[in-house]
Amino acid sequence: MADEILCVRDVTKHFPLTRGVVFQHEIGQVKAVDGVSFELRKGETLGLVGESGCGKSTLARLLMGVERPTSGSVHFEDRDVSSLSKAELRRLRRRMQLVMQDPYTSLNPRMTVGDIVGEPFAIHGDPEGGRRTRVRELLEIVGLEPDHVNRYPHQFSGGQRQRIGIARALALRPDVIICDEPVSALDVSVQAQVMNLLADLQREFGLSYVFIAHDLAVVRHISDRVAVMYLGKIVEIGDEEQIYDHPTHPYTQALLAAVPVPDPTKRTGQIVLEGDVPSPTDPPSGCRFRTRCWKAEEICAAEEPALKVRTGRSAHPSACHFAAESGRS
Amino acid sequence: MSESTEVAATAQTGAVVSGASASLWSDAWRELYRRVTFWVAVVILLFMGLLATVPSLFTSLGPNGRCDVRQAKLRPASWNPFGGGPHPFGTDTHGCDYWAQMVHGTRAPIIVGFLVTGIALALAIGLGSLSGYYGRLLDTVLSRITDIFFGLPLLLGAVVILTAFPSHGVLTESFVLGLLWWPTMTRLMRGQVLSIRDADYVQAARMLGARDTRIMVRHILPNAVAPVFVYAMLNVGVVIGYEATLDYLGVGLQYPTVSWGLQLSQAQEIFTDYPYLLIYPAVFLTATVLSFLLLGDAVRDALDPKLR
Repeated sequence: MADEILCVRDVTKHFPLTRGVVFQHEIGQVKAVDGVSFELRKGETLGLVGESGCGKSTLARLLMGVERPTSGSVHFEDRDVSSLSKAELRRLRRRMQLVMQDPYTSLNPRMTVGDIVGEPFAIHGDPEGGRRTRVRELLEIVGLEPDHVNRYPHQFSGGQRQRIGIARALALRPDVIICDEPVSALDVSVQAQVMNLLADLQREFGLSYVFIAHDLAVVRHISDRVAVMYLGKIVEIGDEEQIYDHPTHPYTQALLAAVPVPDPTKRTGQIVLEGDVPSPTDPPSGCRFRTRCWKAEEICAAEEPALKVRTGRSAHPSACHFAAESGRS
Repeated sequence: MSESTEVAATAQTGAVVSGASASLWSDAWRELYRRVTFWVAVVILLFMGLLATVPSLFTSLGPNGRCDVRQAKLRPASWNPFGGGPHPFGTDTHGCDYWAQMVHGTRAPIIVGFLVTGIALALAIGLGSLSGYYGRLLDTVLSRITDIFFGLPLLLGAVVILTAFPSHGVLTESFVLGLLWWPTMTRLMRGQVLSIRDADYVQAARMLGARDTRIMVRHILPNAVAPVFVYAMLNVGVVIGYEATLDYLGVGLQYPTVSWGLQLSQAQEIFTDYPYLLIYPAVFLTATVLSFLLLGDAVRDALDPKLR
C-alpha cells in the first residue's frame, strides 16, 4: 500500500441543471462521475478508457483539484486534494501536472514557446542553473529544437505543440502526470511518436501516469493497468493482460471487438452495440449498461452490480452480474 | 535559421517549424510596413500632431491673433494655399487669418479625442475585466450599470450635461464625453474576457498554480485587449467628430478657444457665399477622422496573427 501515490475513493461529481434566469431552480443533476474508486501506484500507468461523455475529463479535473467532488475523496499520498487550501493546492501542482487534449488551444498564442515552458518557473520560482537553460533542456528532452524558444505556438505542428505541452507539464519535475487524451487530436503517425515520448519520459523520470483515452488500442501500448468507464462509473479494471485478453464485462468486450484489426478475415466475434449512451441526467436503474447489453436480465434492472472480483479464470474486478470471458453467447 | 538546424528539427519531430522567429509586435510592424493606407494615415496624423503640439512652426500668429474686422471674410487669393499673399486661406468672419485659426484649431479636437478614448478605455479595461473574469454578482451589477449608461443617448446626454455647465473647457468636455463613452468598450472587453477566461491555456495556467493576477496580466489581457485597442483607435476619430458636432451646436467649446467645430459654427449662416469657410475646416476634420479609421483598420489586421 505504501507505493500508492494517488488514491481515489468513491468519488462523485454531480453538476446541477438549473432553469430560470432570476429565480433559478434545480431541475436535475448531471451525474458526470458517480462513485469511482481506484489507486495509482508509483511509476505505473493507469489507462482510463471510455466513450465521450462518460466522465473521463471530469475525473481528470477532480484529480487535479480543479473541481471539488460532490462526495468521496481524492488522496495524493496522504493528503485529501479537495480539502487543501489554495496555497497547499499550489504546492501540489509541483507534484501533479496535466497534459491537455487539444494542442491547438492549450498554448497561449501570444506567448513564446520559451515563456510557455518557463511559466511554471515564473510561478514557482526559478530552478537551479537558471530558467533559460532549464527551458532549453526541457525542449531538448521532448525532442524540440532548443533554438526555437522565441517562436510562437502557431509556427509549430500539432505534434510539436503537444510536445511543448508535455515540456510544460514536465518542468516542475512532477511525480504524477494526468494525460487527458493527449493524442486524440493528433494524426495516427504523430500519435505513436508522442506515445513513445511519454513512455521514454516515464522510464527516465519515474513518472506515474493516469492516461485517459477513448480508444483501447492507444492505451494498451503504454498502460500497466486499465480501467474502463461507462456513464460515470468504472465497469472493469485490471492489468493489461486481464482487460485485453480476458475481459469479463460485456462493455469491455464490445469495445475490444470494435478495435480495427489489420486483417479483416481474422476478425472474430463482432459485437455491435445498439442505441446510444443514456443521458447522465437520468441513468438507467441497476446496471447502467443494461439498456445496451445482450446479457441483460431482470436482476440487472433491479440491482446495481458492484465492481468486485467475480469467480472465473481471470481474477480482476468487473461490475457485471454475468461476468464471463466469452463474448456473445 | 541555418539549414542544418532546420534539418535537425525535422529529423526529431518530423515536421519543419515554419516562419522566422519574431515577436508579435515586430511581426505586426513588418505587416504594417507594407501597407500604403497605413503610411498615408500616419503622415496625415503626424502632420496634425505637429499642428497641435507646435503651432508656431506653421504660423507666427497666436490664436485669435491680430484679428481685424475690417479685413473680415477676405477670400483666399487662389485655391493654391502656397500661392502667396498675406492670408493664404483668407480670413474668417472676425477678420482673423484663417490659416492661423486652422492651425490653432487642431489642438482642442485632438486632445479631446485622446482624452475621451483614454478615459473610456481605462474604464472599459478595468470594469470589463472584472465583470468578465469574476462573473456572478459583480458581473450582474456592472452589466446593469452599463445598460443604464447605454440607455443615455450619447449626443443628447452630452448636450444636456454640457448645457448645464456652460463654462467648461477641454478637460470638462472630455470628462463628460468619457463618462458617456465607456459602455460600448466595456461590453466589448467583457465579452473578450468571458470568451478567453475558459480557454484551455488559461486552464493550463491555473493548473500550474498561477494566481488570478498572473492569469489576468499574462494570459487574458494580452489576448483580450487587441480588439479593444483597435476599437479605441478607430474611436479617437469618432470622438473628434462628436467634439466638432458639439462645438458646431454651440454647446461644446466656446470662444476664445479655437477649434474646427467652432469655425464651422461661425461659417454656418454664410457658407453658401463664402464656401472656403466651410471647406477648410471640413477637409481638416475629415482627413483626421478618416486617418484614425484607416490606422485602426490597418493595426487590427496586423495584430491578428491568423490573418497572416
